[in-house]
Amino acid sequence: MNKKVKQILTTNEIIVVYIIIALCILIGIVNPVFLGMSTAITLSRAMLITLIFAICEMVVIISGGIDVSFPAVACIAMYSTIRFVIAFGIESPIFAYGMVALIGLAFGALNAYLIAKIKLPPLIATLGVSSVANGATLAFLGTKEISNIPEKMDALSKVFLISYTNSQGITYQLTALILIPVSMIIVAYYVLKYTMLGRGIYAIGGDKNAARIAGFNVTRIQFIVYMSSGLFAGIGGLTYTILMRQASPQSLMGSEMMVIAAVVVGGTRITGGHGTVIGTILGVLLIAIVQNNLIMLGIPTHFQTFVVGLIIVIGTSITSLRAKKIANSAKV
Amino acid sequence: MCMADTFLKLDHVKKYFGGVKALKGVSLEVKCGEIHCLAGENGCGKSTLIKVISGAHNATEGEIYIEGKRIDKLTPIDSIRMGIQVIYQDFAVFPNLSVAENIAMNHALMTGAKKMKWKEARELALHAMEQIGAHMDPDILVERLSVANKQMVAICRAIINDAKLLILDEPTTALTANEVEKLNIIIRNLKEKGMAIVIVNHKLDEIYRIADRLTILRNGENVATGMIEEFDRARFVKCLTGHEVADDIYRPEYFEEEIVKVENLTKKGAFENVNFTLRKGDVLGITGLLGSGRGEIGDALFGLAPAETGTITLNGKKIEIRSVQDAMKYKIGYVPEDRLTQGLFMDRSICQNTVAASIGRYMEKTGLDHKKMKEVTWQWIKTIGCAASSSEAMMRTLSGGNAQKMVIAKWLNTEPSLLILNGPTVGVDVGSKADIHTILHELAKKGIGIMIISDDLNELIHNCNKLIIMKNGQTSGIIETGDMSEAELTGLLNSGM
Repeated sequence: MNKKVKQILTTNEIIVVYIIIALCILIGIVNPVFLGMSTAITLSRAMLITLIFAICEMVVIISGGIDVSFPAVACIAMYSTIRFVIAFGIESPIFAYGMVALIGLAFGALNAYLIAKIKLPPLIATLGVSSVANGATLAFLGTKEISNIPEKMDALSKVFLISYTNSQGITYQLTALILIPVSMIIVAYYVLKYTMLGRGIYAIGGDKNAARIAGFNVTRIQFIVYMSSGLFAGIGGLTYTILMRQASPQSLMGSEMMVIAAVVVGGTRITGGHGTVIGTILGVLLIAIVQNNLIMLGIPTHFQTFVVGLIIVIGTSITSLRAKKIANSAKV
Repeated sequence: MCMADTFLKLDHVKKYFGGVKALKGVSLEVKCGEIHCLAGENGCGKSTLIKVISGAHNATEGEIYIEGKRIDKLTPIDSIRMGIQVIYQDFAVFPNLSVAENIAMNHALMTGAKKMKWKEARELALHAMEQIGAHMDPDILVERLSVANKQMVAICRAIINDAKLLILDEPTTALTANEVEKLNIIIRNLKEKGMAIVIVNHKLDEIYRIADRLTILRNGENVATGMIEEFDRARFVKCLTGHEVADDIYRPEYFEEEIVKVENLTKKGAFENVNFTLRKGDVLGITGLLGSGRGEIGDALFGLAPAETGTITLNGKKIEIRSVQDAMKYKIGYVPEDRLTQGLFMDRSICQNTVAASIGRYMEKTGLDHKKMKEVTWQWIKTIGCAASSSEAMMRTLSGGNAQKMVIAKWLNTEPSLLILNGPTVGVDVGSKADIHTILHELAKKGIGIMIISDDLNELIHNCNKLIIMKNGQTSGIIETGDMSEAELTGLLNSGM
């Protein structure tokens, strides 16, 4: 039993928890206000979009692939939808969400086709699709920032679950849109752990050939994985626009590194086959704390990029070293 | 379990791939409760035959009967439903999943389950392990298991699917002598329960230890079938290769000249205080159980994982090996254990593979001298007896034995002073094996130091005049092989002297 406890205390997830706690204590000592309700609300809001992307990215990486096209897919789906609904005067947020989801799904299907059918390496396929999507946005849809979001959609950003006013009278509010990543987390957790589809995603990430021999439909699983990644990229893009209350065709570009970093820091092995929802949430939380709260330690803003970079390098090295250690350790 | 007397019957099964006749009419009968060994050299059609039985290939002609019923068209899923399970050489297990999940997964897929039931999976796994007497933590990830235990997982997975016929494709290639014994016990146990078992193997001694009946394939035809007692060694080899193969024991003349002298070679955690001398003409064997440090000595001498302390003297000169580059500078060649991933570029031509370790020699001012490279390759193909039609053929097109010959040729082309071979005949058929041994003996006579690292005791006894036995990183003995039998050597290995 002792061995099992030791094993649990040294899992990737727990290590990230240690780091988060250490960081929180450090920041809390310097600035006691940090350890309060206000931080919880700000952090949840900061994690919202990253979580949507990170959950999808995690699933893709578990399946043995990678998707770097989601920011571009999110942008093209969101920007074309916004321009469409403004041009035709459609107010319904449900229509808008339906449209981004479909566009995202289409790009996801393209990724899946290139990877599962044409057998392109996932990095190359999604890099190409990313370029195509981003180029198409700028070339055909324009570069203008749009701030006259339809009213009903804009109103979504003002629906709050929790309101909290601190002693200085500043009000912190938690947007209801947080329900999107929260429901994704619940569904992803269930599917990955308790359905054969989920286990199939792990199986193809572990050994594609063995999965085929065992009777998994590898192509079908890859299509499901990349198409859901595209679908949620679209949803994430629109949610971002609603939260920011303006649509910019480039706003999310460049976020892929940070998302992949959060996923990998959370214990998902970049080589596929390993990863958990809990770990990914923790990874996103860690990166969010670093991005939002390091300033409380007196670390200047431009150092944050440096620190995020450092976390990526150290975090991925730890996962990689552990994998290597397991590979070299005595077998039972 | 198996109900009829004869579980599987193949009648003149033929399989053509375009113009290539992979199977030219094979008849095979596998009875319930028997262990049937299928032997044959590489390229004899064993793999094709297995694929026909597992439904992966459709037979071009011929009839297949399962439990007496004529089967018109056998698909993979039919084959599994009728109780045929194949355990492939690489086991096709998932390293990233737990033992329990690996065992239960095929069952879940076969029953078309949509949900993953962890508790059931665990119980199923424990039940399967109990049946074959394996003891593993069901929650541990398969990546942490030894090769032997991975195989156990594959066997467990096969038997829970109501297997009536279990086909094992070269199950012992990666196992140590001890593990082979354990595997044999499990196989006999399954046989007792009435399961029909087909084992593909070409190691003579292992076949004699386990088989009830034997079928030998050659060039897509079955040349002989019968009870194992009907085959003596000579008949077996003759059926297998089509000609007599000399089963000599290598006894070199004695020379004073020392080629390699190793003193107090140590690498912490791998091996300690290793001492030996290799004289001209010697073929030196290094053996030991897996993890004894036998492979690590080879890695150290070739600079892959250099030793920390100790001295190496090559042809009278003290040398220091810190890297592969050092080793190559001193003309040391290394034939690695896994030629597929470490020894060859499978999707490159034979020519490119042959000159890979000596490419510098073909560098001219204007580029590589392709003509000379091809000539040299062709010469090696002929000298070493490789069955290749052209120096430009892809490496992948060669059988295991021929590919291994080219790995050796690659190093011979560097004119080595010392050639270290790790498992030189793993996955190599009997005919090529004998050829490779002859080549090694000739090289030794010419004064090239030859070291063979292996756990194929029969090979070591017949080819090495000196043998180092490793145990837990220590040399537990250096012996002259003399007239030692395999049984005596097995005893030594397991007791560690």
